[in-house]
Amino acid sequence: MSVFSEVPQAAPVAVFKLSQDFSNDQFPQKVNLGVGAYRTDEGQPWVLPVVKKVEKIIVHDDRLNHEYLPILGLPEFRSSASKIALGDDSPAIQEDRVGAVQCLGGTGALKMGAEFLRRFYNGNNNTKTPVYVSAPTWENHNAVFANAGFDDVRPYKYWDAENRGLDLAGFLGDLESCPEHSIFVLHACAHNPTGTDPTQEQWMQIADIMMRRKLFVFFDSAYQGFASGSLEKDAWAVRYFVSMGFEMFCAQSFSKNFGLYNERVGNLTIVAQDADNLKRILSQMEKIVRTTWSNPPSQGARIVAITLNSPELFSEWKDNVKTMADRVLLMRAQLKAKLQALGTPGTWDHITEQIGMFSFTGLNSKQVEYMVKEKHIYLMASGRINMCGLTTKNIDYVAESIHETVTMVQ
Amino acid sequence: MFVSLKLVPTEHVSLRQCGILTSHKELILSIRSTACYRSMANSAITLVSWWGGVQMGPPDPILGVTEAFKRDTNPKKMNLGVGAYRDDQGKPFVLSCVRKAEAIITSKQLDKEYLPIGGLGEFSKACAELALGADSEVLKSGRNITVQTISGTGSLRIGANFLSRFHGGPLDVYLPKPSWGNHTPIFRDAGMQLKAYRYYDPSTCGFDFKGALDDISKIPEQSVIMLHACAHNPTGVDPRPEQWKEISDIVKKRNLLVFFDMAYQGFASGDIDRDAWAVRYFIEQGHNIVLSQSFAKNMGLYGERVGGFTVVCNDAEEAKRVESQLKILIRPIYSNPPMNGARIAATILNTPDLRSIWLGEVHGMANRIIKMREQLVAGLKKEGSSHNWQHVIDQIGMFCFTGLKPEQVERLTKEFSVYMTKDGRISMAGVTSGNVGYLAQGIHAVTK
Repeated sequence: MSVFSEVPQAAPVAVFKLSQDFSNDQFPQKVNLGVGAYRTDEGQPWVLPVVKKVEKIIVHDDRLNHEYLPILGLPEFRSSASKIALGDDSPAIQEDRVGAVQCLGGTGALKMGAEFLRRFYNGNNNTKTPVYVSAPTWENHNAVFANAGFDDVRPYKYWDAENRGLDLAGFLGDLESCPEHSIFVLHACAHNPTGTDPTQEQWMQIADIMMRRKLFVFFDSAYQGFASGSLEKDAWAVRYFVSMGFEMFCAQSFSKNFGLYNERVGNLTIVAQDADNLKRILSQMEKIVRTTWSNPPSQGARIVAITLNSPELFSEWKDNVKTMADRVLLMRAQLKAKLQALGTPGTWDHITEQIGMFSFTGLNSKQVEYMVKEKHIYLMASGRINMCGLTTKNIDYVAESIHETVTMVQ
Repeated sequence: MFVSLKLVPTEHVSLRQCGILTSHKELILSIRSTACYRSMANSAITLVSWWGGVQMGPPDPILGVTEAFKRDTNPKKMNLGVGAYRDDQGKPFVLSCVRKAEAIITSKQLDKEYLPIGGLGEFSKACAELALGADSEVLKSGRNITVQTISGTGSLRIGANFLSRFHGGPLDVYLPKPSWGNHTPIFRDAGMQLKAYRYYDPSTCGFDFKGALDDISKIPEQSVIMLHACAHNPTGVDPRPEQWKEISDIVKKRNLLVFFDMAYQGFASGDIDRDAWAVRYFIEQGHNIVLSQSFAKNMGLYGERVGGFTVVCNDAEEAKRVESQLKILIRPIYSNPPMNGARIAATILNTPDLRSIWLGEVHGMANRIIKMREQLVAGLKKEGSSHNWQHVIDQIGMFCFTGLKPEQVERLTKEFSVYMTKDGRISMAGVTSGNVGYLAQGIHAVTK
């Protein structure tokens, strides 16, 4: 009698099932607008030229080996990664109150932050502290915080489906009415899945309320540089909050902006009130890391550290990032233009107003089903499309298909 | 302490620069420049940090050893705390099969797309084959699920989480006494309770076989028992095959769930099949085990974090269900595992030439350790030690439980700059032909 005979079959993770279905589809004009990874105009994955260069450097450097990294990760990675988020001249960094934990991707950084908060925030092991994630949000946010032990993960109003924009009043209302000390997961830029970000003035309003009501700021920054093409611009919100004096976390991912998806490069940046608090926080982070993965993987962090710490390579990287961001912006502009030219019912301004890899098209689930089944265009049930899946070769087909879908299916 | 002032910086200067928050006990309104903020009424700023109550975590015992070692200026100093292999010059060793594999991988110009949640398929397959043997009935019937994990720690953690969520029996894990220090917090964090069975006999510096059988025979049914597949950490004491057979019998009688931790396959005896013997024997005897594997030591891939977690199920259908649940566990921790190390390991295991080289290099590493054990004992005899040091040779793997008492360890560190953990454990990897004589001198001096 097996001890596991009662283990139920779990449902597959939606976004990966979508990719699998796409793989199995034989239709020659199929398009994958599902999973969030950059694609070139040939529809191919893109290893950044600067990454190829740095990998060669690493392979030929005989001084490098495969020894364990420290528990908190590669020091030169951690500090340079935090600088990317906070700015070279960040007063918080100068005041020695910024620290970091190298983690396995953005997911790992969220996980470490969540585990720490559950243990030490708002009392000890207070699993009842509400954690607010945007409605909608990246589907894994819920699971990360729930698995870290938080009993109460709730949505905050964010997406206004009717107007296809930010539901600011709803968002601010939730900030005003939530229990004090609630944790809020904020998307630093290029909101996933809606592509809709607050404006600077709106961020200032959000920050005001959060400061007044003692809410915890947890940024998820997975697209810095990738959204607008500018690292500084994409980090504005994070830096503004730091300047307000918050003690906060920022989970950074280098999966997209470095194209290092499978090397799992992430960084949890911690802004504390002072160096002493920081020291104690990091000592506890070590304990959490030790029982989860002991120490992080070295390859990806090395690539990022070498790049960020060399002026030429850093410059080259910024160019590579801009290349990706620009192609996405071009696809947005072209998709909107084509839909407007076709006279597709509805307004399509949101396609160029939204930012980053994703667009919330506004297609409903019936329309999505039509797109997948009849047109072999794969997108998430929420209507989310990955702009990177669009190319100059398939954009006409996609635009025509959206037109057909919206006209035929309500 | 609260202040009814709202400060809105009009540029990016911190409140600290505005003269506020110079300490969390005082509020100093030394306003540097009125241009730097404007005030509004009816808001509050809390000056107390969220983290004021967070205690300083205890220092890691092994790290403490290395820190002290670094500070020591004695040219003869030895770091025997390090749990990583060193060559006879005391240097980290990158295996040549690893370098060759890296060159092959570089030339392939692969992309960096996300791996599946369960990791690189060719790695997981090769990993399972390595442990179970290519002709294993388990593999043929597809009744195992093996996922790539973040080295041994990540594997144990996933396993602990899986058991915590799905194990129908008592959530009690029985560890050998002593066990790897990190086992306890890993299982505890996953929500399991820790218990122990006798294992190490300090009077013989060997295996307390009778004590182990005695304790195991009393473990409540369906509890989880942790077994070190080979090269027990920290003692280096492994059961002999006949003893493993009796352990298997009693574990079966008690209907216990076996969790094997195999972090040193190949590294212990030099022979990968010999080191996996216990794992394979248990499976043949009908135990549906769970197994953690690490490639940190046997491939020298420490920092690349390469490991595997296997559940041996009743049949392929059950394995599919278990797999789906493992993915649900993994996704909210790190989404999917890192590619680099797994790609290297898979290339080595699946390329006959490289695999051959690897087996030779693993054999070489194990042999050097065995030689150092022999030289240490010879050195102690030469110094005139009257103690029985046979256990140094009988123990296996990277670590040696010397039998030194804490006071003796302290003297060894203070007087000879030999750094090790208080329990008397030394990492043989830190011993070289160049320093083994000095070590023998020191040990003799503190034990005569």
